[in-house]
Amino acid sequence: MARMKFLCDAERCIECNGCVTACKNEHEVPWGVNRRRVVTLDDGVPGERSISVACMHCTDAPCAAVCPVDCFYTTDDGIVLHDKDLCIGCGYCFYACPFGAPQYPQKEAFGVRGKMDKCTFCAGGPEDDGSAAEFEKYGRNRIAEGKLPICAEMCSTKALLAGDGDMVADIYRERILKRSTRPQTWGWGVAYKADS
Amino acid sequence: MAEQANTTLNRRDSRRSKRVLFLTLALLLLGTLALPLTGYLVTGVSSVEAAAAQQDASSNPRADYWREVREGNQGVTTTQGPEAGILIQNGGQNWRQIRQGPVTTYGAIGLGVVILMMVIFHVVVGRAKLETRTGKTITRWSMLDRVLHWYVAILFIILAITGISLLFGREFLIPVLGKEGFAAFAALAKPVHDYLSLFFTAGITIMLLKWIGQNIPNAADVRWILSGGGYFGGKHEPAGFVNGGEKVWYWILFIGSTAMIGSGIFLLFPNLDWTREAMQNANIIHGISGLLVIAGSIGHIYLGTIGNEGTLEGMVTGEVDEQWAKQHHALWYEEVKGSTSSAGGAARPSPAAPHE
Ligand code: HEM
Ligand code: SF4
Ligand code: SF4
Repeated sequence: MARMKFLCDAERCIECNGCVTACKNEHEVPWGVNRRRVVTLDDGVPGERSISVACMHCTDAPCAAVCPVDCFYTTDDGIVLHDKDLCIGCGYCFYACPFGAPQYPQKEAFGVRGKMDKCTFCAGGPEDDGSAAEFEKYGRNRIAEGKLPICAEMCSTKALLAGDGDMVADIYRERILKRSTRPQTWGWGVAYKADS
Repeated sequence: MAEQANTTLNRRDSRRSKRVLFLTLALLLLGTLALPLTGYLVTGVSSVEAAAAQQDASSNPRADYWREVREGNQGVTTTQGPEAGILIQNGGQNWRQIRQGPVTTYGAIGLGVVILMMVIFHVVVGRAKLETRTGKTITRWSMLDRVLHWYVAILFIILAITGISLLFGREFLIPVLGKEGFAAFAALAKPVHDYLSLFFTAGITIMLLKWIGQNIPNAADVRWILSGGGYFGGKHEPAGFVNGGEKVWYWILFIGSTAMIGSGIFLLFPNLDWTREAMQNANIIHGISGLLVIAGSIGHIYLGTIGNEGTLEGMVTGEVDEQWAKQHHALWYEEVKGSTSSAGGAARPSPAAPHE
């Protein structure tokens, strides 16, 4: 079985935010909710690099471990999804997540946040694949259609890689050999530590 | 090659996670005091400043860069959202381990032990009965005191049940109610806890302040506590209006609910843009202090109802039998009797007055 992973090649990311836009458009993500974002460190000084980040679909996911209503599940492909019908919007997954992936449609006094929303690796949710209910709550289910996540597909420099972890690692390994840079599997140490 | 890089990363990670765990524990201690300041710390380290400083300090910008990422430095992003500029926030993993580990485990064991202790106490020591009933009563609690007590008590019980449902529901309630059933309950418990906490905060603040005078410890309390309140045989050291045990409960409640309210505010107002670190620490403080006051309340409820005959009626009707006063609060009884004979009728002297 495939084990889906994201990898962002920081040598290639040009901070165009195409992935962010593609994601918003594909899933009709509401205002204020950002399933993916691009962060630039050392902005304006030598060594500046950008990285696109979303839910990394962690092994032994922290979000799933703390959820009071236990609404997360991991698909056979290693994708971490959640059930919005069960979510109570407590914010605990946001406290636990290393990557700041969980998002809330509201942010008001008295802990009002609304149902959590996050990157689904374009794999929808517990509803029937491709159903209207699934689209409304979680966005398009591209995985069920045999497609990869739209963010990586749309990436203009192919900095953002999505797919089976081994294949992604192979592509990346080839790149670093060609350009003889040091490998930096960004975020993998945190997200997939439990794998090894 | 990528794998190789991963293993070195992992080794570095495990060393780092120990260090981070230690740091978090230290932070917890400073917790309540330092929390409001953490926001400044994070926003204070602007990326450019940090980068420039780093540039001076060392020679390898690429290595510095990845260290910055791992240490959770703030970058620049067009995305708006809480701490959106931070790529990796390391505290969450420690928070998870503390909440899902010690807080949940020792919390559940602790509450179980307290309940068991009450049962054993009841079997071994049993109910402290009144020797006789004189039929004459003394006024102990004014209407205002009683209203305050029950207002706070009812809210406390609702907050405690809804609160521990969030903490333990996954372990104890999902197996019984099923995921859908529990989620439906939790979806109600959460807003109930969130909104009632305000009414609780107002009530307990007034109650604790009103009763603080009569709960200042004195030498008689120490003697009372050392004698075990007379529950375990031996002499029942005379107590004033409030005995040593009750004062201990007062101060547990005082400290516990201060921590409870202080940390609750961080959890209650996500709109104030607290950092995740602040909310993680607040949750741990809230959980621990919540369990502490719940444990205390179990003892308090037992002793106030089944444990001692005649105590509950004092808080319900405001009146206690003279025999009850003699048996449990001898110093207060003498004081009341003294003042009745001289002042003729004033049943309850100011509780703030010295009891010796
Ligand atoms: C009798 C007093 C209280 C008890 C026993 C209590 C207990 C708890 C417990 C056990 C939790 C769950 C923690 C977890 O799941 O990790 C919790 C959550 C929470 N408590 Fe309390 N609490 C009390 C009072 C308060 C007060 C006074 C406030 C506000 C000022 C407050 C605000 C909150 C909030 C905001 C949460 C998070 C729940 C959510 O919104 O998702 N609590 N409480
Ligand atoms: S990145 Fe965050 S939300 Fe995604 S699986 Fe990991 S902990 Fe959960
Ligand atoms: S916000 Fe929803 S998904 Fe996240 S921990 Fe709370 S109940 Fe679970």
